[in-house]
Amino acid sequence: MSDVVKETVGEAVDIVEDRAPSERDHASSADHDLHDSDEHSHHTSLGISNTKLAMWLFLGSECLLFGGLISTYMLYRNRTSGDVGPDQLWDIPFTSASSFVLLMSSLTMVLAVSAAGRGDDRNTKIWMGSTAALGGLFLAGQVYEFTVFYREGLGYTDSLFASSFYTLTGFHGVHVAVGIIMLLSTLAMLAKGKISGDKAETVEMVGLYWHFVDVVWILIFTLVYLIPA
Amino acid sequence: MSDTTIESTDAAEHEDAGVHAGHGPSDSFFIKTALVLAAITALEVAASYIELGVMFLPILIGLMLIKFFAVVLIFMHVKYDTKIFGQMFWIGLSLAFFVYLVMLLTFQFFLK
Repeated sequence: MSDVVKETVGEAVDIVEDRAPSERDHASSADHDLHDSDEHSHHTSLGISNTKLAMWLFLGSECLLFGGLISTYMLYRNRTSGDVGPDQLWDIPFTSASSFVLLMSSLTMVLAVSAAGRGDDRNTKIWMGSTAALGGLFLAGQVYEFTVFYREGLGYTDSLFASSFYTLTGFHGVHVAVGIIMLLSTLAMLAKGKISGDKAETVEMVGLYWHFVDVVWILIFTLVYLIPA
Repeated sequence: MSDTTIESTDAAEHEDAGVHAGHGPSDSFFIKTALVLAAITALEVAASYIELGVMFLPILIGLMLIKFFAVVLIFMHVKYDTKIFGQMFWIGLSLAFFVYLVMLLTFQFFLK
């Protein structure tokens, strides 16, 4: 009788022991999945970030937008009215300084991304703040430039040149403004600790957008300002 | 303790190689790149004031492209990141380039 009991208990223990690892595995797997869904829910089965892929796709589509605006300006840059054309309006030293400011903002942005990658929150905030300030300076320069051009007689609907110029540079300015809003929002969320998931990737997304804005200005500066009509 | 030591050693080795614990070059490399880009911008501006004749346009376009690709490859980490991200951008850029090249050709922009 005691042998039967021992055998039954032994079988029960075996069953429990057999189940225990699988239960532990299951529980561990569930935890892992939960952890993954919290921290890496944006990763695809290919192991790449959905967020990052979406940002790159967006930037690729933005090439078409700015390509259209730049091409339209190139077509109409000689269609001026009266004496108000690029040669009379452009202030190359001033625009060069603006370009330098935007270029340096790309440097501060890449330093912010680098600091975020190291988990250095303090420097991330400093560099992001610097980027937003330099972006603001560039935008202020553009507002000043538009004001001067308008006072010199270049209204938005005065000529095809004026319309295409204001539309191209205005769209770029709006992108800079959106970039500044993104930077300041991310900065505020970092300060309050409200970024869930990967902080470094969030900063990197803002960085990609900002560098794209800089890249577009590199084209505009040469094609619009430096190459004479 | 030993794990920490291994991680520290790895980090030091990466730092020696100018590569961060994450991915991509070191901060000093980014600063050097930005200085080169600023110098190229100065060259572009100087070129616009100098009489370069037929070489003016190719030089200016060349300098612009160097700046463009430097920012995309280095600052945007295309050179160091997974290839598919860069491909998304290159596809969009190539499509834009050819579509608007055809548009400009249609309007006889290069013959004017």
